[in-house]
Amino acid sequence: MITLKNLTKKFDKIVAVDSVSLDILEGEVFGLLGQNGAGKTTIIHMLATLLKPTSGTAQINGYDIIKDSSKVRKNIGIVFQAPSSDDMLTGFENLKIHSYLYGVPSELRVNRINDLLKLVGLYKRKDDIVKKYSGGMRRRLEIARGLLHKPKVIFLDEPTLGLDPNSRKSMWDYIQKLVKEEKITIILTTHYMEEADTLCDRIGFINKGKIIAIDTPQQLKLMIKSNNNNDDINTGKYVGDIIKLHFKVTGDKDIQLNNSHILTKNIEILKSFKFVKKIEQKKESENKNLVLILHVDDINHNLPIILKSVDNVESIEFSQPTLDDVFYTFTQGKIAEEPEGGFMERYAQYDKK
Amino acid sequence: MNNEENIKYTREKTMTINNILNSNFVNNFLSVYAIWLREFKVYLRERSRLVGSLFTPLLWLFIVGSGIGSSTTLSIDVNYQKFIFPGIISMSIIFTSVFYGAYIIWDRKFDFLKSVMVAPISRETIFIGKTLGGMTNSMIQVFMLLVIGLFIGIEYSLVSILQIMFVSVILSFLLTALGLGLGSRMHSLEGFQMIVTFVVFPLFFLSGALYPLDNLPDWLLFLTFIDPATYAVDALRNSTVGIATYSFGFDLLLLFCSAIITTLFGMLSFRKMRAV
Repeated sequence: MITLKNLTKKFDKIVAVDSVSLDILEGEVFGLLGQNGAGKTTIIHMLATLLKPTSGTAQINGYDIIKDSSKVRKNIGIVFQAPSSDDMLTGFENLKIHSYLYGVPSELRVNRINDLLKLVGLYKRKDDIVKKYSGGMRRRLEIARGLLHKPKVIFLDEPTLGLDPNSRKSMWDYIQKLVKEEKITIILTTHYMEEADTLCDRIGFINKGKIIAIDTPQQLKLMIKSNNNNDDINTGKYVGDIIKLHFKVTGDKDIQLNNSHILTKNIEILKSFKFVKKIEQKKESENKNLVLILHVDDINHNLPIILKSVDNVESIEFSQPTLDDVFYTFTQGKIAEEPEGGFMERYAQYDKK
Repeated sequence: MNNEENIKYTREKTMTINNILNSNFVNNFLSVYAIWLREFKVYLRERSRLVGSLFTPLLWLFIVGSGIGSSTTLSIDVNYQKFIFPGIISMSIIFTSVFYGAYIIWDRKFDFLKSVMVAPISRETIFIGKTLGGMTNSMIQVFMLLVIGLFIGIEYSLVSILQIMFVSVILSFLLTALGLGLGSRMHSLEGFQMIVTFVVFPLFFLSGALYPLDNLPDWLLFLTFIDPATYAVDALRNSTVGIATYSFGFDLLLLFCSAIITTLFGMLSFRKMRAV
């Protein structure tokens, strides 16, 4: 549906987007993630024909963004970072004006506008001027506007920026509803990893204008887990599945001796498992609990095995890497997939100093 | 004709109507209409802008007009207030139109314009829609000023009203195009102030709105030549109080030429304008 071929954009001497090639499939929700200034918005602006690439090109639905920009525009909808509806007009009027601009056939105009207003839950407020809308409502209006001409592709540039958790959640619902009902391809940028994890089929990480990883959220998480080495465990850089076991302790001194015996026994059992990578013993002073911290592989399968084999466990805590960890890993230069002299390399060297 | 044929005929007829309605030409026209409609509705809803833009010409007409009028005698047989009335109409058009055009600097700072520029319509379409929007705003003010003219004793005829309308339409179109062209080339909000200082005030002061052109020193007379507003003031003065330096036809000709130049300038600037 969307194909980028060596897409590049330079602003003076700064390379904002550096020869990005990428294929996005029909009906896919694709997330573009990266730090501020990584080049996400620049890519979207180029795909939306608002910016001309310095070199390279892209095709949307078979149309070239440089040669057939007008046809590309008919095939895309876009929701910008900052709200761009006219706040002196009502929601309905905003959509009506854009339906003229997109040449929505006259006999379909009013019906389609009303349908979309219902889809994004603004139908009851359609005759209020946009000034009176909340931030979330404005965003939803923008989405409705982006869908007016039944585009094949919609770009959402940080669709939930500045929204409260409730509005964000309902925005996610609308987006998921959209994917199901309209079957369109979505490209979204966001800084909320949770959002990307919930919505995206695939994620592309961008750093300094280059794509450094593309995969499903699950695969990306697996990828950073497998990327750990022995050093990381000792330096605290380890990213992976972690289990915390709290053991029963009673106040009595004699029993405490007994406790340490139990602990030693348990540690030995745990050491015999191959999937336990590291065992750390910790005394939590406040409640005198004995705690073991374990780094393990594949927590989903191995946690039950661990719980079956150890005794006297009072409670457990566990964590798995999230997309946040993936983000840190990729943007902190731990994974250097670039050839020598690339940014990641230089960053890593700088980090060592 | 039996019933079936009848239905077929009606269907064919509606199809042709739909084809016409959805043709390229109509779509372009609708896009221009859409942009104009947006500007017009926003203008009507921003009451403060409307009131504010009418108040300045009134200050000029009644305070400056009466003040200077009471101590100045012109070589022409008409009182000063009446003399500057066409000048104040022009002033109102100059300020409203150029400001309106230059306002595009704000539009670009915020994202509204982006949402229009990403639509499958040409830059020229956006430009024409915007220019017509600015023209409409100016014309609403011209109407209100014409009514006020009645109170200071201006007499209209059907012909003079038509003449005033015609001249005002051209002048406001010309100046909105100029403002849009300049504004689309500016990248910071400070550019607005530059346009006010170096375009709006010179256009106004050099137009002969406040003084007759007859006894001017050569250098000043030359400057009034190159100000298109001069010809509008002259033409309007011709139709309102019957005083003119040039013939009505000559004024119109020069206004037309200026309008073509600023329109081309504006369209070119719009085509070059960066969207983000």
